[in-house]
Amino acid sequence: MTGVPVPYRVVARRPETADTVTLRLEPVGAALEDFAPGQFAMVHCFGRGEIPVSVSSVQATGGLAHTIRAVGAVSAGLCETQAGDVLGVRGPYGVGWEPERARGRDVVVVAGGIGLAPLRPLILRVLAEPVTYGRVNVLIGARTPADLMSRKEIERWPAAYTGVTVDRPDQEWRGDVGLVTTLLDRAEFTPTNTVAFVCGPEPMIRATARDLASRGVPRERIRVSLERNMRCATGHCGHCQLGPLLLCQAGPVVDWADAEHPLSVREL
Amino acid sequence: MSVTAAPAMIDRAGLDALVAALVAQGRTVIGPTVRDGAIVLAELDSAEALPFGWGVELDAGRYRLARRDDGAAFAHSAGPQSWKNFLHPARERLWSAERTPEGDVSFTAAEPAVPSYAFLGVRPCDLRAIAIQDRVLTGGRHTDSGYAGRRERALLIAVECTEPGATCFCVSTGGGPAADPGYDLALTETDGRFLVRVGSDEGAALLDRVPHRDAGPDAEETARDAVDAARERMGRALPPVDLRTLMGASLAAERWDDVAARCLTCGNCTMVCPTCFCTTTEEVTDLTGDHTERWQRWDSCFDLDFSYLHGGPVRSSPYSRYRQWLTHKLGTWHDQFGTSGCVGCGRCIAWCPAGIDITEEVAALDAERTARGTETD
Repeated sequence: MTGVPVPYRVVARRPETADTVTLRLEPVGAALEDFAPGQFAMVHCFGRGEIPVSVSSVQATGGLAHTIRAVGAVSAGLCETQAGDVLGVRGPYGVGWEPERARGRDVVVVAGGIGLAPLRPLILRVLAEPVTYGRVNVLIGARTPADLMSRKEIERWPAAYTGVTVDRPDQEWRGDVGLVTTLLDRAEFTPTNTVAFVCGPEPMIRATARDLASRGVPRERIRVSLERNMRCATGHCGHCQLGPLLLCQAGPVVDWADAEHPLSVREL
Repeated sequence: MSVTAAPAMIDRAGLDALVAALVAQGRTVIGPTVRDGAIVLAELDSAEALPFGWGVELDAGRYRLARRDDGAAFAHSAGPQSWKNFLHPARERLWSAERTPEGDVSFTAAEPAVPSYAFLGVRPCDLRAIAIQDRVLTGGRHTDSGYAGRRERALLIAVECTEPGATCFCVSTGGGPAADPGYDLALTETDGRFLVRVGSDEGAALLDRVPHRDAGPDAEETARDAVDAARERMGRALPPVDLRTLMGASLAAERWDDVAARCLTCGNCTMVCPTCFCTTTEEVTDLTGDHTERWQRWDSCFDLDFSYLHGGPVRSSPYSRYRQWLTHKLGTWHDQFGTSGCVGCGRCIAWCPAGIDITEEVAALDAERTARGTETD
């Protein structure tokens, strides 16, 4: 039996793209324990169900933000909620990005699409402590310019290098076109002294992690956030298995050293 | 502790008194009984309901009741159910939520009635299966509180195995027909009498309420001989190799194509398996739409929805779903829970409608690996 959700009120709803919104939540009563960047919550949409969602913002007040793309019944229901609505939240669950592992090293953050959302609290954390971390690089890829989220915010980030690329440009797009890995040539990092944080669609994660590893970033310093069906988040439902990994316990963020093999086996 | 007490002996009247004492304690006594052409696990009012004189004939895809010449109560191997049906029930409400007209939402944990179970007739294989589910559901960072509550209150009366079935292979999974620790009482049935060993204070207290006498060395030896003989009569065996290594080395085996051509992906093996623990959740609302309940129910890795991720299932082919079940059971279960997930009870063999035999599949995977010349043991 899993924990019971805690009521959180939607205090702001911001559309990010055509199918993605960010919900800002504040606890109605007592807040859950603090979430670390990369950890996730089980978010309940009344009468529809529960889905795992990483935190895209963590406030000192106990407030949370979740960025959700409408891809199924529950996520669509959550995307339709309005300020004032109450959701149920369980968590925090799982292993996060663990930015402290990048102390004294260069940081390469690579995001694909909505994958930027779970990376956002990590980026803010490392940018807030420039003395602690080396050069910070933020590489963002999206299918089209319309799928890019947080564009205004991205421009304000004081990273050593910020690159944005799209697969399919529109008429107004003047930026880079192509896979997000093409930006790695311009990023400023010493591969052997770098920690990378990667989140996006699985093919993008594979391609990026392999590219980083081939450049000399150690596989155990490439952190990737993975996704599988998840019902309980407490290690008991069996759904989130990826080979030896129970992703709700060992992940969602795991080292590429642990993920490379399971992700290389078709339908594992 | 009186767990070192010398074994006792009870007869049929003692067995009746044992069940009566459990019922008198207010326990829900669950044990084997004949129903619907099978020996099922169900609530017993008295020892009368035990399957005296019944045995079973098993083979891949086959289960038949068979009359015995003697009146033995426990001379049958695993039936279609296991103790998980009671400790980890197929459906369980997790919590409910109410929405007020103002839009506020409150959540309430389900408070299930926790029966005080007494399980009578727990096979050594099933005793190990319970220990495995304990690790899965209560041994990690989070505890399944519903399971933990039922488990904590349950009294386990094991019955050692003297009549292994044709689908049994516990010995090759590291177990055997003798009961490992973990029981409150362990019985060994010989010629209508029952040798009783005590495994806990609670078991000792129970035995005190039942007419019994000291077993004596001869009776102990008779019981030990019967169990030792059972060890030699296993119907099947897994190959004597490191199965975890074999599973890891077999992810691209051709044998999966072969078994996938026979597997109906019905999930029977996962339902009857005493260690398979997977569940899914369902949201159930009432007509007002302001009351909703979260239910948990058994799920199977053979179900397409099991691995569904927006866009489709991760494991869509029968190949990948059978591979997931077997490599998890014998391989990655070790990574996740520090033990194998198989106790050799043989249920998955008997209840597979296509007669797929786990021991045969593992042997084929082992032969294929040997043929590939990549033996790494």
